Parts: sequence; C-alpha cells; structure tokens
Amino acid sequence: MSKYLLDKFLFTVDRDPGLVERYRGDPRATVEWWEAERANVILNCPELESSSWLAFTDAEREALATHDYVTLFELGAHNFLLLTLFIALFERDYEEPLAFQREFATRLGHWTVPYPDIST
Amino acid sequence: MATVAAVIASTHHPFYYRASTSTGADRPPFADEWVAKIEAFRETLTKARPDVLVMVGSDHFHQLWLDNMPQFLIGKAPCYDANFYNEEREFGLPRMFVRGQEELSAYLLREGLDAGFDLAFSNELRIDHSITCPLITLRPQADLPIVPIYTNIFAPPLPRPRRFVQLGQLIRRLIEAWPSEQRVAIIGTGHLSLELGGPRQFGPHGPDPEFDRKAVEWIATGDLKSALAEVSLDSLWLPGNATHGFMDFMLMMGVAGENVTADHVDSLDLFHTMEAYFTWYTAGVPEPAGGIT
Repeated sequence: MSKYLLDKFLFTVDRDPGLVERYRGDPRATVEWWEAERANVILNCPELESSSWLAFTDAEREALATHDYVTLFELGAHNFLLLTLFIALFERDYEEPLAFQREFATRLGHWTVPYPDIST
Repeated sequence: MATVAAVIASTHHPFYYRASTSTGADRPPFADEWVAKIEAFRETLTKARPDVLVMVGSDHFHQLWLDNMPQFLIGKAPCYDANFYNEEREFGLPRMFVRGQEELSAYLLREGLDAGFDLAFSNELRIDHSITCPLITLRPQADLPIVPIYTNIFAPPLPRPRRFVQLGQLIRRLIEAWPSEQRVAIIGTGHLSLELGGPRQFGPHGPDPEFDRKAVEWIATGDLKSALAEVSLDSLWLPGNATHGFMDFMLMMGVAGENVTADHVDSLDLFHTMEAYFTWYTAGVPEPAGGIT
C-alpha cells in the first residue's frame, strides 16, 4: 500500500490546471508519465534531491489509470483530495448542479462507517 | 493590555460567496435568508470595532502537505495572498490579499512556545477558504490586519480534541496579556457534521442532524465538559468523514471560556451541511458607535 503516493498524485494533479486536463483526457498515459517523472520529486526540494523508492502498487496504478474513484476510496485515498479532483474532472459532464457529487455518493453507497483508513 | 473585543466561531461554507452574489435564475432559493443571517452576524463583529483579527482555520491541502505537516501553525508575514486555483474553479472564490499583523504573530509564537505549545510558523503563507470565507462573511472589505492560525484537522494523526481546547484557552490568555491597546477579534471556523468524498455527501441536510443539534447546544452554552466527554478522534468519524473540523469549534470554545453563553447564536439548515454562527463579547457587549459621550 502506498496511500501517501496516491494522495501525492491527487494533490499534485488537482493544483495544476494543465495536469487536470491531461489526466481527464488520457489517464493511463498521465499516470505512467507521472509515476516515472514526478512520483519521487520531493515537493519542497530541487529535483536533484529526489527520493528513490516511491512506486504505485499494480492495483493503485490501475485504479488511477481508469478514473476508478470507488476503488481509490477503498484503497484509502484521502477523501477530500479524491472528491476535489474528481469534481474538477467530471462535474462538467452533468447538467444538474451537484449531480456528479450525488452520483459519487451513490456509487459508494455500499459503505458504512468505518470507512477505509486514510492514515498515511 | 489588549482587549478581546469579540470571539467568533462559525462554519465556513465555500458556496456562500457564489450564492450571495448570484442573480436571476442562478440565485438559489435559500440565498436571501442566508444573506440576511450573515449580515446580522457581520454586525456582531462590526460593532466590536476590532483593530486586528486573529483567524483560526485549516489549510485544505493547499500549501501544507504530507511531506512536512504541522499540527498547529501561525503565519508571521506582512501580507497574505489568498485563495487557490482549485477554490476559484470549484467555488468561484475571488483572489484576495490581506495585511498581516507581524508583531502579534511574533508575540503569539514566542509566548506560545514558552507556554508549552511547539507551534510551527510560516513566513510566506497563502491562506485558503477556511480564512477567506469568514473574511467574506464578516469583514468583506478585508481592511484589517490578520494573524492566521492553522490547525491540522485533515491529515491523521491529528491532535486530540482536548489539545484544540487548550490552544484556544492559551490564545485567549496570551492576547489578554498582549502589551498593546489594540482591540482583537478572535475568529475561528470549522464544521459541524460533514461528509466529503463519501457515501453521505451532498444530502438534503448535514449527514448527522442529531450531532449538529448537540454541537450547537455545546457551543452556544460553552459546554466543554459534555463536548470533551462525547467527542474523540474516533467518534468524529461517525457524524461524517470530514467532521474533525469540529475541533476548530472546540478550539473556539476554549477561547470563549467554559460555560460562557454566546451573545449571538444562529444557524441555517442547508443541503449538505448545517451553518452555525456564534459571537461572544467576553469584555462586555460593545456600546453602539457614538453611544458614549
């Protein structure tokens, strides 16, 4: 499990308008590029001081590559990061206000507390 | 010594700005009632005639990140830019700019450290909607210098509720001992029951109206004993998966004082979450402007 890295992906994409569009349009290629080029960059350090050990599990990579927010929730991705980024990705495809947010809730409707642990 | 001119606690609803400024068909049916409640709430700050605002909130994974996460942080900077791209995108919030009160920041850091709180600090902090929402509701002209204080209610492991209360008590004590003639308003925002990124989000009410009812009662009456007896890091998952923001309300209960009844209490049951507004005048209810000759 690399919940921290899942969250790092969601966090770094969500704050970058260009990356939001890139992830929406070509999720698998974006995830592969990000894992190869960005996953080990420490955000407050120059790139020559990057980490050497961060990688997704196969399940995490596949969930990100398929925009599968239900599985990401179940893997323990941070609920706030998950919601915020996926609103940015998909709210525009729904005509009714909050329709995407309500569908997101419905698709997680089989969950009751306790939810998956988001601790990193 | 400084005067604590008002203690204010509220929810911070990022949709208020858009709801209150929208017109015609875009204006939601609850907007007028919401604006009326906010304007009454704003008046409670205005009549306190503050010189400086100490503002407690929580960064929503904007600047503070999991590689370097402080539990409690005080901004110490001459200025603060505010709001982020994803808050413009999702909520329509405007970019803002406010001045800082560095002298008070430095004082709170020094005295807080000496009193046993190992506070982090930031000399370049961009503040987010946990602080700009109360500026928009309570002081939209954003003309007063601020001291931002961030708490971690987001990224486990979190400090326990009692620690939030203790920090609130400390902030109150330190400001009342600040060698200054300024009038300080202490403003903090958090949440009642709230679900974000989970199956109970965006329902017709907050996810746990019963928790909200109890929470409003605890806050309005300063019932720290009940709040601390019933609220724990584990219990806060039950009313909704983002309800740990209630600990910022508990911090503000620490500021206001145990068993001190709020002078202004209001709430509004909205879709998704309940709004709640509280003001205490710990130094006495201020006289109307011009009321003393």
